[in-house]
Amino acid sequence: MLCDICKEKEATVHLTQMVEGKTKKIDLCESCSKAKGVDDPAGFSLADLLLGLGASQEMEESDTASTKCPQCGFSQADFKKTGRLGCPECYDHFEEGVEGLLKTMHKGTRHTGKAPAVWQQTKDYVDQMHELQTLLDKAIAKEDYEKAAELRDKIASLKADYAATSKTP
Amino acid sequence: MNIHDKLSSPAVAAEREGPSNKIVWSSRVRLARNLARTPFPGWAKKSVRVETFKHIRDNVLQVESMNDCLETGMDRLTTLDKQILVERHFISREHAAKNSGSGLVLSRDESISVMINEEDHLRMQALLPGLQIKNAWTAIDQFDTHLEQGLDFAYSKKRGYLTACPTNLGTGIRVSAMLHLPGLVLSEQVNQIIQAVNKLGLAVRGLYGEGTEALGNVFQVSNQMTLGETEGDIVERLNKVLLQIVDHEENARVKLMESKPKMVYNHIGRAYGILANAHSISSKETMNLLSLLRLGMDMNLFPGSSQALINELIIITQPAHLQKANDGKLSAEKRDLLRADLLRGRLKHVDRPVVPDTKTLEDAQNQGENE
Repeated sequence: MLCDICKEKEATVHLTQMVEGKTKKIDLCESCSKAKGVDDPAGFSLADLLLGLGASQEMEESDTASTKCPQCGFSQADFKKTGRLGCPECYDHFEEGVEGLLKTMHKGTRHTGKAPAVWQQTKDYVDQMHELQTLLDKAIAKEDYEKAAELRDKIASLKADYAATSKTP
Repeated sequence: MNIHDKLSSPAVAAEREGPSNKIVWSSRVRLARNLARTPFPGWAKKSVRVETFKHIRDNVLQVESMNDCLETGMDRLTTLDKQILVERHFISREHAAKNSGSGLVLSRDESISVMINEEDHLRMQALLPGLQIKNAWTAIDQFDTHLEQGLDFAYSKKRGYLTACPTNLGTGIRVSAMLHLPGLVLSEQVNQIIQAVNKLGLAVRGLYGEGTEALGNVFQVSNQMTLGETEGDIVERLNKVLLQIVDHEENARVKLMESKPKMVYNHIGRAYGILANAHSISSKETMNLLSLLRLGMDMNLFPGSSQALINELIIITQPAHLQKANDGKLSAEKRDLLRADLLRGRLKHVDRPVVPDTKTLEDAQNQGENE
């Protein structure tokens, strides 16, 4: 097994860490493990290492590997080298590879936090729609058609309101 | 550019106080933001970086909390001044290496700093003394909301705020606190705590970021994950963990005084002895010993002296501050001499630690050993 960092020397240091129930694993050669401070387990955190590293492996498997971002000309090889992306549009272009990578480093792959004000309106709408849709599904499952009809009307009016008031960013 | 007209003096900076600041020295929340349709700083051409820098700076300067702020391009600073800003935790080491096309805006009260064109177009942080991560989040959240009125941030509904490095994606938030944990270090419990904290998906680092060495028993705890959780959840979780660590540190100190008071007094007494009498001392040793002196002050062994003195000594004995005070670049050997002179001078008026009667101590120690 070769080292995940230099990909040259034999990996002799094998690390496994449980982070919030997910197992994360990495294999390193002796010199790379020292360089990354892994020989002292106390101060070491695997997530630091996974950054950019598990990254390139995930991205290799995607179809966009050989292409460049149409917006900024950034390529996958550049990502391998720097561990950073070229521009905001890279996230769309390398979407496939990014998804797997995000799974390894974050709690989820979808944003649930703050949004700029222009987006907030859309977000509220999406959240409300999602909520109503869930209730509707439940009502249908329980064969409560009266409730379902009521919810269907609500969804329709919410849709109409949103279409009338928003300019979708 | 002379930053020293605006920058607070070390003595003033050392006076700042916050809740639980015996153990939590400072709290920080930073947000990463980028402009839509613009390459990230690391990939942008210089001309683009210079343009975006100006555009962002002009918008940052319009936010009300930036009245009478310190504003500068990185190319207008000397290496020494950049290092001083690093030592005050206003910019990162990475940012100190930047030149034209990057800059800093620091609010008058120094609680909000904005690095422009670091790894991302904007890295804005709120830095407050003591345990105040919720207040820091509120402050930087408001600042971000103001900025967003003039700047078009790169954002996607699915991924949130888009950042140069995928590790910051989503919220772009990094919440961290600087903790002084001599009790846990002396009682050899700190590694357990670090491992437990790591298991929660939080990172523990030393005083100056990477590297594992925790100088002066100071540790930085921060979140790692930025996507899939709200900012509020991340702040709340870290706050809980911090409160627990504070508890553990307090308990460790009480326990140590019950079971090994002599060991604790020995460390503090020796630290005082060296700091107050040395003629040459490195910044590393200084930091480690000042930590013990600070522990002694927390325990009221130095009546009449305040922790602000230690805070100030920690700032002014760092390499760049020391060189600035002595008008320029100095060799490491020369710095060690000047640092020792400075410490002897400032500690002249601090009396030796006042330690309770040794007989009772020995009894306590014996009792501790018999348990």
